[in-house]
Amino acid sequence: MSGLTPDAIMLGLGELVKLLPIAFALIVVIELFTWFLCAKIIRTKFTLAYVMLAPGIVGVMALIVFPFFYNMFLAFSNMSMTKFLTFSASLQIGLQNLIDVFTVPVLQRTNIGTLIIRTIIWTFVNVFFHVTLGMFLGILLNRPLKLKNVYKSLLILPWAVPEVITSLTWRNEFHYQYGFVNIILKSIGLEPIMWFQDPFWAMISCIFVNIWLGVPFMMVITLGGLQSIPQDYYDVAQIDGAGGWKQFVNITLPLLRPILTPATALGIIWTFNKFNVIYLMYQGGPIEGTHILITAMFSAIFENYRYGFGAMYSLVLFVMLLGISSIYYKIAGGFKEVSE
Amino acid sequence: MSKNLSKNLTLDEQIQKRTMSKKKTYWKAGDTPLQRLFINIILIFASLLAIYPILRLLTVSLRPVDMLLTTDLRIIPEGATLNNFIALFTERDFLLWLWNSVVIAFGTVVLSLFLSTTAAYAFARWRFPGYRLGQIFVMTQQMLPAGMLLLPIYIIATRLRLTNTYTGIIIAYACGSIPFSMLLLKGYFESIPKELEEAAHVDGATTLQSFTKILLPLATPAISITGLFAFMNCWNEFMMARVMLQKNSLYTWPLGIRILQSQFNTTWGQYAAASILVAVPVMALFLWSSKYIVSGLTLGGVKD
Repeated sequence: MSGLTPDAIMLGLGELVKLLPIAFALIVVIELFTWFLCAKIIRTKFTLAYVMLAPGIVGVMALIVFPFFYNMFLAFSNMSMTKFLTFSASLQIGLQNLIDVFTVPVLQRTNIGTLIIRTIIWTFVNVFFHVTLGMFLGILLNRPLKLKNVYKSLLILPWAVPEVITSLTWRNEFHYQYGFVNIILKSIGLEPIMWFQDPFWAMISCIFVNIWLGVPFMMVITLGGLQSIPQDYYDVAQIDGAGGWKQFVNITLPLLRPILTPATALGIIWTFNKFNVIYLMYQGGPIEGTHILITAMFSAIFENYRYGFGAMYSLVLFVMLLGISSIYYKIAGGFKEVSE
Repeated sequence: MSKNLSKNLTLDEQIQKRTMSKKKTYWKAGDTPLQRLFINIILIFASLLAIYPILRLLTVSLRPVDMLLTTDLRIIPEGATLNNFIALFTERDFLLWLWNSVVIAFGTVVLSLFLSTTAAYAFARWRFPGYRLGQIFVMTQQMLPAGMLLLPIYIIATRLRLTNTYTGIIIAYACGSIPFSMLLLKGYFESIPKELEEAAHVDGATTLQSFTKILLPLATPAISITGLFAFMNCWNEFMMARVMLQKNSLYTWPLGIRILQSQFNTTWGQYAAASILVAVPVMALFLWSSKYIVSGLTLGGVKD
């Protein structure tokens, strides 16, 4: 018997017993201070609002805002594992880091251009299949079926499984000899594939796993959207003699758009950010062949210990995501007019 | 009998009745038996694809150690045993990993709710100076690349000696979850009619009283769901834990399970057993709350 010893239990409880009261005391102190500041010195009528906001703001400042700016500072430094305390920072180093991001390989052999292209392919293929398959299944599920709820609960399961388990399990199942994928390939007369060895097939398997993972979300979204389309539209179309495909193109698609557009945009951001699948399947290998931008950032920082460089690289990624997201908000803004 | 009844109806009513019955049967009439068969086949195939990997986990977890590496595809393997599950508890630190996850998740949920509930109420109730700034912040915060803040947080935690402690990762998780929790709760507080609070004010209650006595009790379900989200997020989280917890004795289950998976040897069965034990409760929770999860996830993106 190992692992959960009384000591380990006490360690956990002990830290909680210390942390939570201290945190609450701190929250109260922050609130009292804010109250004093707002009611006695500034004299604003929003005193209560600020008092209620203060603890949250302090938390967000300490762990989101401050780290963000600290990260910017790190981007202008040459910090690394060996120069953890003796690093230096200057504008020049920052510029050098920025140039390095675009000219020097992010890891051992892959430079950012390759990663960008791979991330675009990864995102596009994934989201394309998420939306088409999800919509397809959603439309099928919206028809009268006896086992509708059974299908629905089964089809939603891939989304419910923790991503860590999904990725590791699929990794096992892509094993050359004992994974079920190759066993099935063999049994239908195809050549088994070396998923772990060939970067191309490794990437295909990662994409497959992520498609498996992401379809249920789009399916549920589509189902929700379909239920808000009045049946009358289809009745009228039926009377006018429009067939199934015409109804789909002229009624279903346009009316699903307001829901699917933001969901798709959200899907793009999520897929761009999908760290777990890629990292847990092959750690970006073989020969760095499955790294996307996000996983390369993690590897550069926490496996190659290039802190300064990694910080600058993460800023570049941030700008990219900001660009993608601003396009998204333009589309979503258009969506709001439709929905309200 | 029905003929008699329809004769008594006016013409208008008869038309209405017919169109209504047509409406109800439209889809059924639209799908011929062949189509229905086709739809069912596709859905059965898709469902199989969705659950097969999970069933495989069960299969592998039940395999005896000497039969782990086979190309057998049966669901219940030959000579099924629970040895892998037993080994998980006797030979591995599985219980410790679960305990660590529970401690961290519990601390995170409590702290996160305390930090975000009052803030959400402030955002729902007042248009104070700085409101717009807060909105912009929540929006931009969603666009940070995953793991961008990991490095600075890691360095700060190292300086404060908070790596390899529960405290460090709890604080990091809890504060990281504030924006999303706040967004969820704000939406809920806004949906509670203002009249309720106004009535309380008429009766002489202060704003603080109406918040604690009326809104908080009403919002209990929403707060529970928000807590559930925070719980699920940190329960399943891998990246931050991988960086912040390097001591084996502090590993959460995602980190621990990875040790079991790392080689293709006897631990494959134990990995599968551990996955089943973790995944089944999470899946049950997820299915139970999936309705809220969908609206919660789209809320962040759709609403401002």
